[in-house]
Amino acid sequence: MRFDPRRVALTLAAPVLAIVAAVGIASLVLVAAGDPVAEVWSTILQFPQPRNLTNIINNASTLYLSGLAVAIGFRMNLFNIGVDGQYRLAAFVAAVVAAQGWLPGPLNIVLTIVVAMCVGAMWAGVAAVLKVTRGVSEVISTIMLNAIATALVAFLLRKASVQEAGSNNIGTAPIPESSRMPGLSLVPDAPNQVNSFIIVAIAAGIAYAILLNRTVFGFNLRATGRSETAAVASGIDVKRMVITAMLISGGVAGLVGMPLLLGEAYSYGLTFQTGLGFAGIAVALLGRNNPIGIAVGALLFAYLDEQSNPLQILVGVSDEIVKIVQGIVVLTVVIAYEVVRRYGVAQEQRNVARQLAAQRHRDAAEVSAP
Amino acid sequence: MSLGAIAAPVSTSPPPSRKRRITLPTALLAIAGLILLFALVRVLTGAEDLASSGTIGAAVGLAMPIGMAGLGGLWAERAGVVNIGLEGMMILGTWGAGFCGYQWGPWAGVLGAIVMGAIGGLIHAIATVGFGVDHIVSGVAINIIGLGAAQYLAALAFTGVPNGGPTQSPPIGDLPSITVPGIASAAGDLEANDWFFISDLARVVRALTAGVSLLTIIAVGLVVLTWWVLWRTAFGLRLRSCGESPSAAESLGVNVYKYKYIAVVISGGFAGLGGAFLAIVASSVYRDGQTGGRGYIGLAAMIFGNWRPGGLLMGAGLFGFTDALQLRSGGESVHALLLLVGVGLLAMAAWQLRGKRRLAGLVTAVIAVAFLVWFLATEEVPQDFSSMTPYVVTLLVLALASQRLRMPAADGLPYRRGQGS
Repeated sequence: MRFDPRRVALTLAAPVLAIVAAVGIASLVLVAAGDPVAEVWSTILQFPQPRNLTNIINNASTLYLSGLAVAIGFRMNLFNIGVDGQYRLAAFVAAVVAAQGWLPGPLNIVLTIVVAMCVGAMWAGVAAVLKVTRGVSEVISTIMLNAIATALVAFLLRKASVQEAGSNNIGTAPIPESSRMPGLSLVPDAPNQVNSFIIVAIAAGIAYAILLNRTVFGFNLRATGRSETAAVASGIDVKRMVITAMLISGGVAGLVGMPLLLGEAYSYGLTFQTGLGFAGIAVALLGRNNPIGIAVGALLFAYLDEQSNPLQILVGVSDEIVKIVQGIVVLTVVIAYEVVRRYGVAQEQRNVARQLAAQRHRDAAEVSAP
Repeated sequence: MSLGAIAAPVSTSPPPSRKRRITLPTALLAIAGLILLFALVRVLTGAEDLASSGTIGAAVGLAMPIGMAGLGGLWAERAGVVNIGLEGMMILGTWGAGFCGYQWGPWAGVLGAIVMGAIGGLIHAIATVGFGVDHIVSGVAINIIGLGAAQYLAALAFTGVPNGGPTQSPPIGDLPSITVPGIASAAGDLEANDWFFISDLARVVRALTAGVSLLTIIAVGLVVLTWWVLWRTAFGLRLRSCGESPSAAESLGVNVYKYKYIAVVISGGFAGLGGAFLAIVASSVYRDGQTGGRGYIGLAAMIFGNWRPGGLLMGAGLFGFTDALQLRSGGESVHALLLLVGVGLLAMAAWQLRGKRRLAGLVTAVIAVAFLVWFLATEEVPQDFSSMTPYVVTLLVLALASQRLRMPAADGLPYRRGQGS
């Protein structure tokens, strides 16, 4: 592909436009609410402390996995809204299995991860089978499966839990010391450590890029996403693609809870983080399903989350403002891409029209002067 | 589809209408049958709360927010815009109800909720209609924004207010409720007598005549009004044509953008009204996380009802009923419901077998037997299972009846003027 500065400018214009618009709208909200705009932004934009930087990296790698899971579906027009339920169910089952300590040390970690991926894939597979055999929209079925997973996990948790002494929190038994993933001291001077699951996250990103861009399966997947009728015409078994894509998406979704389980919480309890799947949708949209773009989106979301924590104490503004910013970013990103795309198409049409006019002019000149 | 229709596609005479009209007598008979079934189950299982007037009253109250959200979904989807953002709009509605309600009374709260929901609808309309953004994407974004905005605004508006807090509004006044004099008390007497069937009938009558919130009556009226507007007026025909074939509508001079905008804003208003129900009627305060995914259930109720107001009301009633059972006596009532489901499925299996659909009939029969075994083998259903009932029912309905459901033809497709396909 030829390097075209205008193309690059157009590609970069959209995210920049989106973030500027989101900041503008959020500022308007702050002004309308009578909150100190400048203080809010200066708190959010100050350089994070080493401790916060570690947190940002950790949260970003979790969000990255969630974003990847959603993106695999997106690439073939499948909306896996069920990542949330998939990772929670997967993390719960994996926590139960890991706590048994059937295998020694690191092998137990591998088993835990495999179990999580299988459970996530299975839960996503329900939606896939319903779509393929009964024509049920995966959007609705995964929303329902999220709610069912919530109830199912609550039920199973009550069965499998051990009460922590002196607290209302119930959770699974903690996983053995030998099966916990060690932290990495990546950030200098930080009191806390980077979760080593980041390696798995990066590997998953590379695998995603290779799978989509360098394999027949990836080509079929993207082709189906672009045009299902064309895919059918070229002999792609769309039903099988739907099932496979959904299973992979669910498998990656199963990984989402692993950094928390293996590197931080060591058990699944009532306080296990929820809502990561929905954040993953936003992150995937932000990154345009591109492995590097998703990483940028995940870092941005993790950064906003971490930096907004002291807002309530320092400035007296509810940190929920960041949720608004995140929602607006999702909306403005897609709008900005659409606007930029329309602008690009209009430009192209104008170019073509100009060239055609010139051509006609030349032809006319040749006819009139034989 | 019958085989005959495939074999003779070029028949000049109109095919006999397969669609049976539900007339008033059959509807009444069906309701009577249902009450009889409930009476039988009650006597057999001793689950007194299964269909007490209290449970039915609670079911009506819980069905309304779901129904209003579903009605919101109906308006948007009939105009061809998928609205996953109902949940976010509903959350905005609960805040609007809390904010206006505690200051200027409950009716102002209702209005505030509708306005806040409609603002959410307007954002969705601008994104999907104006900019052609994917409807699901915009809906997801609105759910994030709605949740964040409501919690941010709640912290802003209710912190430091007497009886309020960063996550909860001060109490909102009560809306008037209506009791039909004479009938309600007579039905109450009958209910207390514990006569088979007659008492059960009286329970339903009493639930529908005693202490019904005025907002509930208005909401039912709005369902009827929606049906009339969408299916009996020129405005409704045009609006639905935007959901079926926008380019055809455009060629007839309908301003598709305008209708879509109107539909989606109204959709948001209905979702907001659903939020008002939760904040004013169901609990009389705004609280963070009050909706609990009811926007999604509303969407499911609409699909359950095949994108029609009557079916939607039935779906909302079913979900409200399971919700009410779980809230009132939990395990015991839902356990009794197992018997009901088992018997119902057996009847369905018999009907399928009679209609020469052997495989479907056998599958249904096996499921029915499984339910009955479950009923006989256990004492009560765990609470978590009853809370997943609405979702499982929705999935089952979608899986079993998706061939019978028909959504608007251009639902969810992007539309740009002059670029009809």
